Amino acid sequence: MTDGQALPELAGVPWRRATDERWLLRWGRIWQAWTLLYTVPFMAAGVGMVLLSPLSAPVAAVALAHAWIIPELYAFRGASVVRPKGPRNEGAETVAQGLLGDLLGHDERELQRGTGLALEPGRLGSWLVGEAGALLVTPGGRRVHCYCVRTTEPELPPSDRVAHLLLALREDEQGFATVANHAFAGAPWRVRRRLPAQMRPALDAARGAAR
Amino acid sequence: MARLIRMDGTGHTTLAEWTTGDDTAFDTATREFLGQLELGYIGTMPDGPRSATHVRELPRDADLVIMRRPIAGG
Repeated sequence: MTDGQALPELAGVPWRRATDERWLLRWGRIWQAWTLLYTVPFMAAGVGMVLLSPLSAPVAAVALAHAWIIPELYAFRGASVVRPKGPRNEGAETVAQGLLGDLLGHDERELQRGTGLALEPGRLGSWLVGEAGALLVTPGGRRVHCYCVRTTEPELPPSDRVAHLLLALREDEQGFATVANHAFAGAPWRVRRRLPAQMRPALDAARGAAR
Repeated sequence: MARLIRMDGTGHTTLAEWTTGDDTAFDTATREFLGQLELGYIGTMPDGPRSATHVRELPRDADLVIMRRPIAGG
């Protein structure tokens, strides 16, 4: 990725602090703490109720279900950023796929055609770029940050939407992460199980690249 | 042959082509480039593996310049 130039879209979000390694680490920890905060009390309540009165087991089960469902919903939200969205525009997709393929190396091209996600190693980690979102696997492969980000022309064929995001990412990685809306951060396994099955190999490849 | 292309609803459209020594073709390409900037497109030049540069003027020695729409948080 090119150094020393700012993404022009940053002018639209002047209030945002630049996303760098420290920002990612801090937000990763905040998400981790937040997950514990809304999980542990429900688990403690569920276990405590059963210990105090076995008759309260049905209520305890509801508390434990909350402890399971809420993190799942957050992970689902994170994984959803890269789900296919918008018009398929099949008539133009072949042409768009050709251009996107030209921008990718051989392995990344094959991965993108199979999964819909373009793998792009960067300084902040390994990116997976989709039609309207991106995943960032941080170095070490232990955390995924999920971003909602899209082109402002939603009628484009899917591969052109990926190419838009890929080019912006290559222009200015930090600017790209700053412009994008952060949706979720968590362990890769939490995101992986909520990804469509055909996209999971891409996350595996990104984790491999990030290690 | 260098190309100026725009990503659009057709996949992409070739707006202009030029060679380094062809001033007329380059001037035509420059006018197209500036016209696209006025329409809100952003000029991007892929300039190596995993690298691209935002360009405000059409580089004569580029192989490919792509006009793209701005991105935004979803």
